[in-house]
Amino acid sequence: MTGAEPGTALQITGVCKRHGEVEALVDVSLTVAAGECVALVGESGSGKTTLLRCINRLLDPDSGTITVDGRDTRSVNPVTLRRSIGYVPQDGGILPHWTVARNVALVPVLCEMSDTAGRAVRALESVGFDAASIGNRWPHELSGGQRQRVAMARALAAGQRLLLLDEPFGALDAITRSELQRQLKRIRESTRPTTVLVTHDLREALFLADRVAVLREGRIEQVADGATLRRAPATEYVARLLAHADIAL
Amino acid sequence: MIDFLRSRLSRATISLVLLCGSIVLPTVSPAQAAANRPVVVASKPFGESFILAELFAQILEHRGFVVDRRPGLGATEVAFSAVRSGVVDVYPEYTGTGLLAVLHEPPERDPETVFARVSREFMARYAVRWLPPLGFENTYAIAVRRETARKYSLATLSDLARAAPSLSAGLTADFIERRDGLPGLKSAYGMSFGSVRPLGQAVKYQALATGAVDVIDGYSTDGFIARYDLVVLRDDKRFFPPYEAAALVSQRLQRDQPGAIAALTELSDRLDVGTMRKLNARLEVSGEPVESIARSELQALGLVGANRASGASAAVQAQGSFASYMWAHRGPLASAVVRHLLLVAVALLAGILVAIPLGLWLDYAGRAAEPVIRAIGLLQTIPSIALLAFMVPLIGIGVWPALVALWLYSLYPIVRSTYSGVRDADPNAVHAARALGMTPGQILRQVRLPLAAPTLLSGIRTAAVIAVGTATLAAFIGAGGLGEPIATGLALADTRLIMSGALPAAALALAVDALLGIVERATTPAPLRHAAAERQRDRLQR
Repeated sequence: MTGAEPGTALQITGVCKRHGEVEALVDVSLTVAAGECVALVGESGSGKTTLLRCINRLLDPDSGTITVDGRDTRSVNPVTLRRSIGYVPQDGGILPHWTVARNVALVPVLCEMSDTAGRAVRALESVGFDAASIGNRWPHELSGGQRQRVAMARALAAGQRLLLLDEPFGALDAITRSELQRQLKRIRESTRPTTVLVTHDLREALFLADRVAVLREGRIEQVADGATLRRAPATEYVARLLAHADIAL
Repeated sequence: MIDFLRSRLSRATISLVLLCGSIVLPTVSPAQAAANRPVVVASKPFGESFILAELFAQILEHRGFVVDRRPGLGATEVAFSAVRSGVVDVYPEYTGTGLLAVLHEPPERDPETVFARVSREFMARYAVRWLPPLGFENTYAIAVRRETARKYSLATLSDLARAAPSLSAGLTADFIERRDGLPGLKSAYGMSFGSVRPLGQAVKYQALATGAVDVIDGYSTDGFIARYDLVVLRDDKRFFPPYEAAALVSQRLQRDQPGAIAALTELSDRLDVGTMRKLNARLEVSGEPVESIARSELQALGLVGANRASGASAAVQAQGSFASYMWAHRGPLASAVVRHLLLVAVALLAGILVAIPLGLWLDYAGRAAEPVIRAIGLLQTIPSIALLAFMVPLIGIGVWPALVALWLYSLYPIVRSTYSGVRDADPNAVHAARALGMTPGQILRQVRLPLAAPTLLSGIRTAAVIAVGTATLAAFIGAGGLGEPIATGLALADTRLIMSGALPAAALALAVDALLGIVERATTPAPLRHAAAERQRDRLQR
């Protein structure tokens, strides 16, 4: 066991990761408290998605440690680990040959839980669907926004306490995106899963996250809440990023 | 022809059963089995060879031997390697062919010298024996239309050499290459044609008769020479080596069934060139069944009594419509279709059993995949007939080499479609499945394979249609099926016989394609059909 502080859901310590010649992550450390939402913000290639994938061991760091609820992830079978962590990719990743209900029941079925159908229904309702009408539909019949909500329901159906969101709203139109952002905020307020959100949209990060981690070229420039970032940006890059976001607002 | 076909088909079926039986139930002692084994009589794919083989077969049967007929084996290469390896016991061959095409020795003019030479060398090198010749020569004959002969005053090959530059020749591929063919003619007569086109045995005479070419190579005993009123030019420099017909006998037969050798030798020196030409004309011009030609000839020679089965003899086929011809032959055609489908089904099943796991393994193996698939793809580029011929020395003739060849052809489409279907399965879905904790095995079984199913099925469908087509060529190595009437029809230039095999084969290919198309649609879940259509639309828009 590492020396995780009480209430710490996720602790990342000194993580480095290379992709061939490229240093994707350099000595990254980050602590996320239970129930907290931290957004990873940065340009493409800044390492934010790499860091997210290290958490559920889709990638393994070259060095450094990651603990979830105090357990070193390297001591857990990656398949078991992933089943305990909710995950929503940018495109939803809904299995096209399964109905909505079967998709949402994926992890409960994998974990051989009881009442998988009931869990799927409750998960669909938690993201605002009428489970009876949408459960038997096929993924291709859904809109992009509906698919992302189904993906969200799937990520929560097994009662996961840690949620990884990889640009979950990046491919949606502006109106749908803002609707889903509000939806996610409601879910977070009701069940408070620990959440790591990857986004390139600083406004989205400021709206949804308790704290924002700004990544640049594999390093964390600053981790802070929105007010601190505005008041005391740690680097010129962070200041510029905020300026752009404010102009856009 | 019908009797001929039917007997061949039923005997082929019997021999297949015997073959399977001998594999499954090896209860008979080897010596006993060797003595009781049917004598396998083969021929090359042309009329005269069919007749001679049937003469061999019938005299053997009259002398108490069980005979397994394998007519129409590919060509010299296929037939000779079959007799050499002992898969075939006897087939009619020509001394000149043995000297030039097998021993690769220079041409020789004296028939007795040639026979002595091939007898000695075949026995020493291959333990294959030439029985004493049958009594006639069938050498190359260069033929022209009567009007061409008149126009250029052609009587001899020396005359032809003068006119050659303004004439176009249609020659068998064999003849163009062989030392006693075109290259030899060039050096002996200074023959140089205006143009030379390779033509198949079957279309040669028609091409000449219709004026598509002016000169062809034929055989001196061909029945077609009379049918098309052609002029055979005299070989005034005696260039063409002697081609005496004789039975070529395997080592096994010499060792195990000497009685069969004695029976075959009864035919030695009994057929002169006039007789042979008449027999060929009865087959090629009148369309009399080989079986009845051989039976009446053996009776005429006094080698067998005149009592057996004379009721069914010499019935020349009535010239009805094609439909009535097909109807009259429905029995043998149906068994040919069944046999054809069996060949395809067994080869395809074996292909599926190997290719799908191989495709999946290649996906797992990663970098090895493309080179391996390309190597399998190279197999696809080997012409079918060459691949079949290549199988003969390795596996012999009959069903097994045909199955192996068809199996090899089925691999590429299935491996390719399995590999790319699984590899290209919706990457977002696969990524999400992995991220949510499916094991690689679960991802393969529950996500990638179902998503690859439409691609995979279309690969199997392609392989099936290829197999139906390729299986028609399997007749050249004695595997039967719908290729048999095609091969025989090609050898005899009998269009109706060709069509009686080709039309069902084409219909079968269409039917198999349609059937598997239905299976493909039925087994593809609606959402995947939609997804496929969507991808298609995306591609078109881009």
